Amino acid sequence: MLNIKCPYCGDRSQKEFAYGGDGTITRPKLNQEISDEEWDNFVYLRKSPRGKHIELWHHIAGCRQWFKVERDTTTHEIFRTFKPEE
Amino acid sequence: MSQNFRLNTGGLINRDKPIEFKFNGKKYIGYEGDTLASALLANGIHLIGRSFKYHRPRGFFGAGVDEPNAKMQVEINGCSEPNINATEIELVNGLSASSQNCWPSVNFDIGAINNFLNRFFPAGFYYKTFMWPKSFWYRVYEPFIRKAAGLGIASLEKDKERYEHKYEYCDLLVTGSGPAGLASAYAAAKNGAKVILAEDKPRYGGTLLTDDVTIDNLSGKDWSEKIISELKEMPNVIVKNRSQVFGYYDHNMMVMFERTGDHLEKKPKHTPRQRLWYIRAKEVLLSTGSIERPIVFGNNDTPGVFLSAAAKEYMKVYGVLIGKKPIIFTNNDSGYETAIEFKKNGVNPIVLDTREDQNSELINEAKDLDIKIKFSYAVIVAHGYKKVKSATIGKLNKEKIDFVNKEQIDCDSICVSGFWTPTVHLASQSGNKLKFNDSIDAFVPDKSKQNEHSLGAANGTFTLQDTLKNSFNTGSEVSKSITKKNEKIQIPNTNERKYSAHDKFWCSPLPKGKNYKRFVDFQNDVAVSDIEVALREGYRSIEHVKRYTTLGMATDQGRTSNLNGLQLVANVEKKIVPQVGHTTFRPPFTPVTIGTIVGREIGKEYMPTRKTPMHHWHEKNNAVWVDAGAWKRPRYYKRGNENLFEASKREAKNVRDHVGICDVTTLGKIDIKGPDAAEFLNRVYTNAWLKLPVGKARYGVMLREDGIVMDDGTTTRISENHYHMTTTTAQAANVLSHLEYYLQIVWPELNVNVVSTTEQWAGAAIAGPKSRDLLAKLFSKIDVSNEALPFMGYVEGDLFGVKARIFRISFSGELAYEINVESDFGLFMWEKIIEIGEEFNVQPYGTEALSTLRIEMGHVAGPELDGRTIPYDVSLEGLVSKKKDFIGKRSLAKEAFNQADRQKIVGLVPLDRKSSIPEGSHLVENKNAKLPNPKLGHVSSSCWSVENNNPFSLAILKDGKNMIGKKLFAVSPLKNTSIEVEVMSSHYVDHEGKRVRS
Repeated sequence: MLNIKCPYCGDRSQKEFAYGGDGTITRPKLNQEISDEEWDNFVYLRKSPRGKHIELWHHIAGCRQWFKVERDTTTHEIFRTFKPEE
Repeated sequence: MSQNFRLNTGGLINRDKPIEFKFNGKKYIGYEGDTLASALLANGIHLIGRSFKYHRPRGFFGAGVDEPNAKMQVEINGCSEPNINATEIELVNGLSASSQNCWPSVNFDIGAINNFLNRFFPAGFYYKTFMWPKSFWYRVYEPFIRKAAGLGIASLEKDKERYEHKYEYCDLLVTGSGPAGLASAYAAAKNGAKVILAEDKPRYGGTLLTDDVTIDNLSGKDWSEKIISELKEMPNVIVKNRSQVFGYYDHNMMVMFERTGDHLEKKPKHTPRQRLWYIRAKEVLLSTGSIERPIVFGNNDTPGVFLSAAAKEYMKVYGVLIGKKPIIFTNNDSGYETAIEFKKNGVNPIVLDTREDQNSELINEAKDLDIKIKFSYAVIVAHGYKKVKSATIGKLNKEKIDFVNKEQIDCDSICVSGFWTPTVHLASQSGNKLKFNDSIDAFVPDKSKQNEHSLGAANGTFTLQDTLKNSFNTGSEVSKSITKKNEKIQIPNTNERKYSAHDKFWCSPLPKGKNYKRFVDFQNDVAVSDIEVALREGYRSIEHVKRYTTLGMATDQGRTSNLNGLQLVANVEKKIVPQVGHTTFRPPFTPVTIGTIVGREIGKEYMPTRKTPMHHWHEKNNAVWVDAGAWKRPRYYKRGNENLFEASKREAKNVRDHVGICDVTTLGKIDIKGPDAAEFLNRVYTNAWLKLPVGKARYGVMLREDGIVMDDGTTTRISENHYHMTTTTAQAANVLSHLEYYLQIVWPELNVNVVSTTEQWAGAAIAGPKSRDLLAKLFSKIDVSNEALPFMGYVEGDLFGVKARIFRISFSGELAYEINVESDFGLFMWEKIIEIGEEFNVQPYGTEALSTLRIEMGHVAGPELDGRTIPYDVSLEGLVSKKKDFIGKRSLAKEAFNQADRQKIVGLVPLDRKSSIPEGSHLVENKNAKLPNPKLGHVSSSCWSVENNNPFSLAILKDGKNMIGKKLFAVSPLKNTSIEVEVMSSHYVDHEGKRVRS
């Protein structure tokens, strides 16, 4: 069980969080002209990197804030956690 | 029977307190402080079970977690549990144990015929023999194997015991209270660190209890008692015995179980039997010690063969002799410690040392005590079936691969010592890649992957002086970086005997023409010959050899067999052990009861139960419950002998004819506030939201980014910047997370806040033609006419002094209202409605009637919004704005979503107007077509239409738009039905939606 430092609440057990997917994806802007391929990339295609990865996590059983986690997907080492605007 | 093998003095047992227990039905006496194993040995009982595969007689071999054989069925406090290690369970009054894996009895076991047929039971036997004929597997082979191979018997009764979970955080977790654990815990505690010291045995001290050493002129035992009592006095230290740390997980999450109840004769009422600890430790110090390795020889599994350190422990801790005529068979100095202990207790052992004649402190001491020593000697084979009676021993030749002479000598026990294996299980679980240490012929921890350090014997350090020095220093260093304190500690003086070098001898060669079974793994009955067969058959990877032969599997996880197994593979393969590598160490280190893992999350405590404020009213009125997530909802209210079908029909009919009331508290409710709330809703929902006036509700559909419908519900504008959103019961949590995601990550510029208010509001829907009359009586002060409160209108009212929100919205398709009051007044509201509604014939209705009402109206719900449908599919395309962008809109342009024959919701009625169509039925054109019969769609929801008095279903059908009027078959292979149906509009009742607006 991971130990995750919520940037708002501090160190908490993984039990309090929900994983929220790739944290490097940016949603296309509203009303933006966008090709089918670009849209499909945004909706469906995700890398599954081995090693360092930035992820979104949601403190669902806590402050209910979404934030980002830089984590190694093989060792589970967490290098940093930060607010989305950082 | 008296305790013939109990020494007159000595041991740490309480001789003033005899304890009566039973083994295989016979009564015996032991003492408080005994384990079941030591008490049986005191009574001269050695034959305790039969081996797994060959049903060979087996006896005790170790004295703790190292024990591979002594698994017993144990009954305490009326609970029967299999596979309990007799060397670990403490003796309590009334304990009753019996042997496993034998029938009819341990003395006469029919399965032992396997032993004489053993050439038919080679490695991989099961894989080879039971392959054919295939049909025999279920009927013949599997039942037979289960019966023959079963260890204990799991109780079929409900476990009456109580188990608990506990969470703890600390700076340092120290696993094991031997010298390394005590020293490191002490040093860290002195620096003010929060320390947990865990010891799996009842007594603290580890090897200090059995080794002849002094620390600062105290005996090992006295010194450990002194340290423990100091640690217990410190407020920053938790000291726990009977507590096994068995798993090492990510981020230093350690899992430990504590045996809190089994050793107590009378367990206090609220004491659990066992407790599981989740410990998050900043640093973990592994002081798990080491386990003695056996030396392999012929019939080395005969009862009476022990690890030499176990024999010593039985004497020193329990005052028990494992034999009166022992052979000590050793390749290192440890055997001499056992020999000396025997001698001190009046027993004359013979020491067989595989090394050549040499001197060391221990050997010289043994010589001085006139202990008979034979150098360059080994045990070839033990004789005796149910107990060792004699042994053939021999003098090894120079290469130690054959014997130059042989002789048979009488003995009643053989104590083996093949040197020591560090207990590296937890280190390995932490991700530490182990390295092979040549000087001790064993794996030791290498570089740490997590914050852990191995100390003492667990790290391959076998001298007390070095262990204490390293452990005090590591404890200080590690804690200093956490607490920033650095208390000086004087490392104590020690007095211990120096060992001379051990011999790498690990297995006695077979004399020519002899075919003795030489066991490597006792628990799984894996002999040298089995591993040789596996290698001959081409298995090379140690992981494959392990699985093919079952070497090192099962509950003891190869604690005594791993290294000898690796050594054997290395020898045959002409490699060295580090080239062979080792198998993976997995948690748990020792078996853990399922009860402990489950804890209190069992039965109705498995997950929280959510109850609405009206729950008890429903209960009193014969509600039959249905689970909706964690919620309990009334499915129907049973009257007399009604069944589900009858009751739901009555309730639904009453709504259509008069008025019904339904508890809708469980709907998700989200409060949305902020100046950008309208803009936010406009992005979230598919339809337009910017112009919704205050005091109005609107139905909305939200999509996922892939265009699939996520949820639907109504949202009401309470005031300028304040909205009240409702979601389906099932999606409430997901929708909130979804909204938070877009507000926090995607559009943080929007000034909006969302919060769940599901539990703050109690909700009641009143539906039916009489609902307005009822509402008028409930809220006499407000105008509830169609003009003042039209469909999709919202007002606030006063319900006999309680502030209420009134929404004119309808799920049933009837004229209907939803009333919300603060949860505390939910029951008040409900009872008022029932009371006042009596004159209008109000009846409560449950989820079944609710479904009936919405299905015949063609309103979609969960079964249609199943994560595969877009708005068009469920005929909600009218709600999709063409003008504005919203979440998921771009996906709706996808080709597949716009095909002419795209699936669409339709209604179905059976041609016979009688047969109910099972939900999940497949729609096909021809029920007799050749398989695979092309599937055109599926039935999503079914009901008995109370309006038309015949079955009606909703279905998602390919090209549904153009299928109206067609006849199809609804086929359910599951229910074995095939019903001819007519396709029609999904709106079966009130097609134009007049009633909701009436």
